[in-house]
Amino acid sequence: MHLLKKFPLLAAALCFYIVVTILSLDQVDILNGYFMVIIERSLIFVILAASLNLINGITGQFSLGHMGFAAVGAYVSGTITTLLLKLPPPAPDAIFSGPMLVFLVAIVVGGLCAAGVGFLIGFPSLRLKGDYLAIMTLGFGEIIRTILNNIDYVGGPRGLLGIPKFSNFGVITLFTFLIIVLLRNLVQSSHGRALLSVRENELASELCGVDTTKYKVLGFVIGAFCAGIAGGLLAHLLQLAHPTQYGFLPSTLLLIMVYAGGMGSLTGSILAAFSLTFLTEGLRVAFDNIPSFNLGGTMVRVGTEWVMVIYAVLLILIMLFRTEGIMGMREAKLLIIGEKKK
Amino acid sequence: MGSLFSLQQFVNGLQLGSIYALIALGYTMVYGIVRLINFAHGDFYMIGAYAAYAAFFLFNAYIAPGNVLVFLVLIVAMVVGAAVAMLSNRLAYRPLRYKPRLSSLVTAIGISMFLEYFFSAFPLIGPSPRGFPEVLPKVMWTIGSAQVSNYVVIDLVVAAALMIGLTLLIQKSALGRAMRAVAQDKDAAKLMGINVEGIISFTFLIGGAFAGAAGLLAGLTYPRIMPYMGILPGLKAFIAAVLGGIGNVPGAMLGAYIMGIAETTANAYNSLLGEGIAFVILILVLLVRPTGILGEKTADKI
Repeated sequence: MHLLKKFPLLAAALCFYIVVTILSLDQVDILNGYFMVIIERSLIFVILAASLNLINGITGQFSLGHMGFAAVGAYVSGTITTLLLKLPPPAPDAIFSGPMLVFLVAIVVGGLCAAGVGFLIGFPSLRLKGDYLAIMTLGFGEIIRTILNNIDYVGGPRGLLGIPKFSNFGVITLFTFLIIVLLRNLVQSSHGRALLSVRENELASELCGVDTTKYKVLGFVIGAFCAGIAGGLLAHLLQLAHPTQYGFLPSTLLLIMVYAGGMGSLTGSILAAFSLTFLTEGLRVAFDNIPSFNLGGTMVRVGTEWVMVIYAVLLILIMLFRTEGIMGMREAKLLIIGEKKK
Repeated sequence: MGSLFSLQQFVNGLQLGSIYALIALGYTMVYGIVRLINFAHGDFYMIGAYAAYAAFFLFNAYIAPGNVLVFLVLIVAMVVGAAVAMLSNRLAYRPLRYKPRLSSLVTAIGISMFLEYFFSAFPLIGPSPRGFPEVLPKVMWTIGSAQVSNYVVIDLVVAAALMIGLTLLIQKSALGRAMRAVAQDKDAAKLMGINVEGIISFTFLIGGAFAGAAGLLAGLTYPRIMPYMGILPGLKAFIAAVLGGIGNVPGAMLGAYIMGIAETTANAYNSLLGEGIAFVILILVLLVRPTGILGEKTADKI
């Protein structure tokens, strides 16, 4: 209740309103399944981007393997629901059924496993500075991918198939909401100020008595936990967990979201995750519809590969002209814990 | 399985190590001077390989495959690699020189993504792998239990010549002294009248040229080139630079040869181990001796 009291009623009402609107639009088939999946995907990317922002933006560390944590969550929860318990797919109209509760537990277990891996990775490597950390986390992401590629029990390079579709709009919204509230309350607590002080000047914050190693590990563990939950939700949405979904390139896509939105701004990450997920789909459709043309005797097809070229240029331009990201450090009013009136 | 050590694997390791060494030198020199992990460095190597590929078809009309052709193709690969490296420094890294260091790192990732995706999206190049042509006829010799081709000799000779040249340049010439000065203290170097930006640009030039040369050697040795070929060798060469002590030029060479031999040996044993040995080495180095074999410990400045 303490958490809810701190969160402005207005924000809760607004979220509720948006959720009800989307759900009712879905019911009357104005939003078709395709759009619902895009909305659900962008909500999951909100979790991923916001939790990466906790590590990269707020704690000032540098993780290039964030999708590795998501992979742990996806595979652990997918293994529990699909391979170990062989849960049947849920009935379309059942909101709270037995399998659904098992699924929720599996998602949380996946998140906890990811947090454990985050601790294992974080503890030795967090004594390292930015550059080394970047390489270490990149290597970690690749190791996870290589291991998954070689475990035949979870499908190896084929991926984990036939996961029941438990992730519906309600569940995803619930988790996204809870995680955003968690991150927001964390960042604006005294622990959050300790995290920020590590980012601003590690030496100075250590001299002020902040246990910097502890806070760096804390940032990593919480970030990894959230990423694990997002991975579990994604696997149960797409009904598939595949090693290539969690490689280096998806991790860089998350980086673009964090840096475009603003280092240290949760609002920025939320906005960037939404707009980039929609933009990717839009550009994909747009580029697919450009007809091939003849250039000096060879037929040239402008394919969807150019979307990623555009993103790379976008990332470089943001870094050059607005290093702090679009939102910078600012937060939307809804995400600021009640300022005291003077 | 046989014994863990075999002469053949040792030769293969030296060959791979030569390629890693040329890439690692670029990483370590750039890191030594501007404290930036240039993530795009592996892609300069990829561009070198494509430039060599294009140059081969350009020159092959006039010159028969042979040593002269190899030399010309090498020059082209080095020039193109150097040009791309200098250009990316001028356009992307230089404006960010005095911003937080992580923003240059993110920009480097952006450049790397751009080069990879641009090459795979560009219609004349495309994402599919291409076979690298035989730039000169292959000759095999048998030395002891190992098969050695003239390609191995070319790899080793080119890498050794470039590395000796670089060492002489850094140790003996005025330019090299300026490079060492900038690496030690940029501000003091500026006060001594050294053109710091010029030196940084020159460092990128050498790094890019070496990466381009490595691209040609890789194309010769493993005749398959594609736009994403730079990611893993770039990463492993970086780990080699860390192993030797980042910022330290002889360390990068040493680390690269250790890395090359370790990888081929591990690969002969088990391919999964071969894939992962680089990261195992990285974790061990970072835990046991983060400054690398030849690196020196520096204290934090307040």
